[in-house]
Amino acid sequence: MTALDTVPGGGLRYAVQDTLVLAGRALRHTTRQPELLVFSTVQPVLFVLLFRYVFGGAINTGPISYVNYLMAGIFVQTTAFASTSTGVGLAEDLSKGIVDRLRSLPISRSAVLAGRTLGDLVRMVGVVLIMAVVGVAVGLRPSSTLGLLGAIALTALFGFAFSWISAWIGLMVKDVETANVAGFVWLFPLTFASSAFVPLQSMPGWLQAFAKATPVTPTCDAVRAMLNDGLPLQRPLLISLSWILGVLVVFSYLSVRSYRKVA
Amino acid sequence: MSDAVVVEELVKTFGKTKALDGVSFSLPEGTVLGLLGPNGAGKTTTVRVLATLLAPDSGRASVLGLDAVKQAEQVRRVIGLAGQYAAVDEKLTGMENLRLVGRLYHLPKAEVLSRADALLERFELTQAANRVVKTYSGGMRRRLDLAASLVNRPKVLFLDEPTTGLDPRSRLALWEVIEDLVRDGTTLLLTTQYLEEADRLADRIAVVDGGRVIAEGTSDELKDKVGGSVLVARPSSPDDADTVASVLAALKTGEVKRLATGELAVPATGIALVAKAARALTTAGLEVSELGLRRPTLDDVFLTLTGHLAESSDVEDETP
Ligand SMILES: Nc1ncnc2c1ncn2[C@@H]1O[C@H](COP(=O)(O)OP(=O)(O)OP(=O)(O)O)[C@@H](O)[C@H]1O
Ligand SMILES: [Mg+2]
Repeated sequence: MTALDTVPGGGLRYAVQDTLVLAGRALRHTTRQPELLVFSTVQPVLFVLLFRYVFGGAINTGPISYVNYLMAGIFVQTTAFASTSTGVGLAEDLSKGIVDRLRSLPISRSAVLAGRTLGDLVRMVGVVLIMAVVGVAVGLRPSSTLGLLGAIALTALFGFAFSWISAWIGLMVKDVETANVAGFVWLFPLTFASSAFVPLQSMPGWLQAFAKATPVTPTCDAVRAMLNDGLPLQRPLLISLSWILGVLVVFSYLSVRSYRKVA
Repeated sequence: MSDAVVVEELVKTFGKTKALDGVSFSLPEGTVLGLLGPNGAGKTTTVRVLATLLAPDSGRASVLGLDAVKQAEQVRRVIGLAGQYAAVDEKLTGMENLRLVGRLYHLPKAEVLSRADALLERFELTQAANRVVKTYSGGMRRRLDLAASLVNRPKVLFLDEPTTGLDPRSRLALWEVIEDLVRDGTTLLLTTQYLEEADRLADRIAVVDGGRVIAEGTSDELKDKVGGSVLVARPSSPDDADTVASVLAALKTGEVKRLATGELAVPATGIALVAKAARALTTAGLEVSELGLRRPTLDDVFLTLTGHLAESSDVEDETP
């Protein structure tokens, strides 16, 4: 993340405290809108059932079962989709004047963005946990508990990085409806054109090339390798973590910059 | 008494719109200044600069000697702001809204709680304290927003059209709360389109139009600027306006003005003029529904100075 601006006389302690207070606010929003949590899990649950039982039989996933293949992709796509509410929430705060209220308070400037993305990170962990339970119910058998925890952690981190992209989009478009659409449209091709649901080998060459060049494929591969011992882990994990770090650096910078401009 | 707020030659341009074109005024500690002006005059923009939300293109704004741009953090500690539109979190309860603000001011935990309770009580929101704000009426939201601006016991308060959209009873109640705050020493900058509000709450009034202060003074000073008492007649039928005007002109006290309200006015020399005018109108066989002497109202001031009527900000239209 970018350097936290400090409040004179308050320092880093207040910056952290403000961030936590605002993260609490974002989380409280989630509990006040259970429908949001339902919608962000109903759709992936449907996908699980659809892919598992409709397409599952037709897809060759080599040494591992299709459920064990699929769930990695579901985890990653679910958090990517869930990250869109960061930008929607920010656009809402902007249009309702909440951002003005917050900016008139003596809080560190980065707290508003960091608080929201942090709160969304916690929500994302919750969503992945739910999906893990759903996965186990339809036959997911992770090789180890540690692997499962690692898979959840990497997925949540990936979602956290994407929520900064979403934050930037929300700050750019400043309008709730637009933020909703603009936050979603690019995620469909990005997540489907990847190793999330089917192995790359089944795709035409040009599509494989695209899929390999996005952060989604290495992240799916790394999550999948953590769920299934025996798949190559190190290389996709390194690429995925580099992507996550890169996205965090670039989009936290862009977000803080546009946040300063939206006066 | 030193100045709590000083604004010097503020200029702010949005694209091609010159929102502020050299606004200057100052506000002694513990007093109330009303910024009065039509839609688009630059009132909100001025308040946003003072509240550190917007940097001006040029000019200076300071609060308690602190520069609103260079010392924004320190300014934020001493001010309270209630913007033109209530900025409250709809998904939180009234209580949670106030506690959130208290925590972000880094107040001690016990004070966060007691302050929220006290403010809810003061703004008659105790009953609704634990309901999410989504269920609040517009007036309740406004009151909560105002409460939020007071959490920090600000020394300088900015209220941007605080009573727009309130019913008369709530408006009166809010005026009383504001008067209490001022009695306790709060310095207040108030923007309003209600002349009555400026008349009642403000020690001094600055009339803003086209991004500049075009007149400033106490309500009485501004009224004197427009002139002494006037004789006002309202023709029963608008068709009679011309004939009534010529009868009034024949009184030879000065030029006849046609007010946007449909009334006709001439400078008045004394109470005897009313009797004289009544006789003249009766002789001419003209009916008027109102006839009398009047001190100029702030409406007259507004009309004379800006050349147009004060409009309610509910009406979203451009400055003529
Ligand atoms: N963010 C902005 N972008 C573009 N133009 C703006 C912006 N803010 C204000 N303006 C313009 O600046 C001018 C002054 O606006 P301002 O909001 O200060 O007026 P006001 O006196 O508060 O009016 P009202 O009584 O309608 O609230 C208007 O012409 C407005 O359209
Ligand atoms: Mg305004």
